[in-house]
Amino acid sequence: MFRRWLLGILIVVAVAIAGLFVIAWRPSIAPIDPPATGSLPPERVARGAVLAGAGYCATCHTARGGARYAGGYPMATAFGTIHSTNITPDPDTGIGRWSEAAFVRAMRSGVARDGSHLFPAFPFDHFTKVTDQDLGDLYAFLMSQPPVAAPPRQNTVPFPLNLRALQAGWKLLFLRKGVFEPDPARSEAWNRGAYLAEGLSHCGACHTPRNAVGAERRSAAYAGARVDGWEAPPLTAANPAPVPWSEDALYAYLRSGVSALHGSAAGSMSEVVHDGLSRLPDADIRALAVYFADVSGAAARADRSDAAVVAALAASGQAPSSASDAGAELYRAACASCHYNRTPAPLAARPELALVSALGSDDPTNLIRVVLEGIGVEEGMPGVLMPPFAHLGDADLAALAAYLRRTRTTRPPWPDLEAKIAEVRRHTAGT
Amino acid sequence: MTSLTINGREVTVTSGEDTPLLWVIRDELGLTGTKFGCGIGMCGACTVHVEGRAIRSCITPVASVAGTRITTIEGLDPAGAHPLQKAWIATQAPQCGYCQSGQIMQAATLLKDFPEPTDRDIDAVMGGNLCRCMAYVRIRKAIHLARPN
Repeated sequence: MFRRWLLGILIVVAVAIAGLFVIAWRPSIAPIDPPATGSLPPERVARGAVLAGAGYCATCHTARGGARYAGGYPMATAFGTIHSTNITPDPDTGIGRWSEAAFVRAMRSGVARDGSHLFPAFPFDHFTKVTDQDLGDLYAFLMSQPPVAAPPRQNTVPFPLNLRALQAGWKLLFLRKGVFEPDPARSEAWNRGAYLAEGLSHCGACHTPRNAVGAERRSAAYAGARVDGWEAPPLTAANPAPVPWSEDALYAYLRSGVSALHGSAAGSMSEVVHDGLSRLPDADIRALAVYFADVSGAAARADRSDAAVVAALAASGQAPSSASDAGAELYRAACASCHYNRTPAPLAARPELALVSALGSDDPTNLIRVVLEGIGVEEGMPGVLMPPFAHLGDADLAALAAYLRRTRTTRPPWPDLEAKIAEVRRHTAGT
Repeated sequence: MTSLTINGREVTVTSGEDTPLLWVIRDELGLTGTKFGCGIGMCGACTVHVEGRAIRSCITPVASVAGTRITTIEGLDPAGAHPLQKAWIATQAPQCGYCQSGQIMQAATLLKDFPEPTDRDIDAVMGGNLCRCMAYVRIRKAIHLARPN
């Protein structure tokens, strides 16, 4: 009897595994000889270069100090560290032997040329929305880049999650294939913005929270998430910036890296702006601004802007309430020379702390990281450098953060600031 | 090896990447007008301009200013006759003088951002530039005198 049960279970397991592999199996696509230098149509390569900017491919496919597009950038996920791949046309370690069909399949379905499933750290759930023409142009651009021999770096995803066949199940549950379909009720600019944001620019990959198995939660689109040790703030009405993100503010931020009423881009977002979106024409940036002004419902809250600016400027130069407030003293000595603003409006080169989302967020991570690491001279607003303040102790930084939160927002104090600062310090030291 | 432009002159410096810009300016380039005060970005004595804006050079790693234009007190005006420098002399602002190059470099950014500063503007922006001789009243007077009009 027992044997019969055991046999039954074994058969069920064997059928399930076989079934999984049947579902998961994808054919390999025949290798090609890499296209000869200059053989791809220059107009397609040129269009592809702009599209590679729209998708800021280089941000993830370039390791720090490594060759462009040669991969090796570590992405810390809840499931282990996944390294980006080499997408230069090197025949052995890159995509040199990939035909256009293989490239399109990878972008749309997350399957490599050899038929193996790619992890969704590669946002094929967004790229599936990109048109044939755009994918073809992007392919032409990547295949015309200098080939770099850079072998893949080992991922640290543990067994059994590292079984690529399992990704077939993930895709059954979460991948909605299909090219972006414009909404005829919306303007051309809105649809263009939505096409870019939902597709190639994959904004949700950072700004939408993920579920327990790493898929974006559609019901919480753009609700904000943590990524790479930063907080990607909500792009909805829940955004904590006191001045709602109007279309013009979004345009300024995405075009130049700074909005005078919101502050400057930092971390990965700075790369998105300066090493990606900078290649797009103004009309595309405007389209993204139109789309996200709608997502955030900024127009309905526009009347808050003036009062928020008035309140921010009133707080900007206020004298410390007491000489024993260590946070206030630190601010006066180390911060105000660059961050003080006066009426009628804050200057873009002097980011107004009462208006930045980092101070209004319930997660102090972004404020702590910027203070610890500073902002590079090419990041945020180019030409404006913030030096790192990592030499200050946790207690001093906590006093400073608590002071700013107390005097420049109406939000509750951040709890356990010292422990949080120590944690962020450990994280940034490890990267 | 880091390349930068200092007071209009292109240089390549060999100090390590983490070396504070202040030590590159003083020790490697020999421009000693910029002073060391606290070393933690809290006193302003080391203030120089990066891309035309005041920063504290004692906490700025030299690698982070690669390729930028840096101005020190020696380069603020070729003849040392910047309106602020003239105002400093007219008001006899310094006493011992140690903090003054930092004060002047910070004041230059102040006037750039707020060409007609109020006392409140001056106090807020200059609050991070300490003066042990307590010359603050004369410094404020000199800044008002240097306003472009």
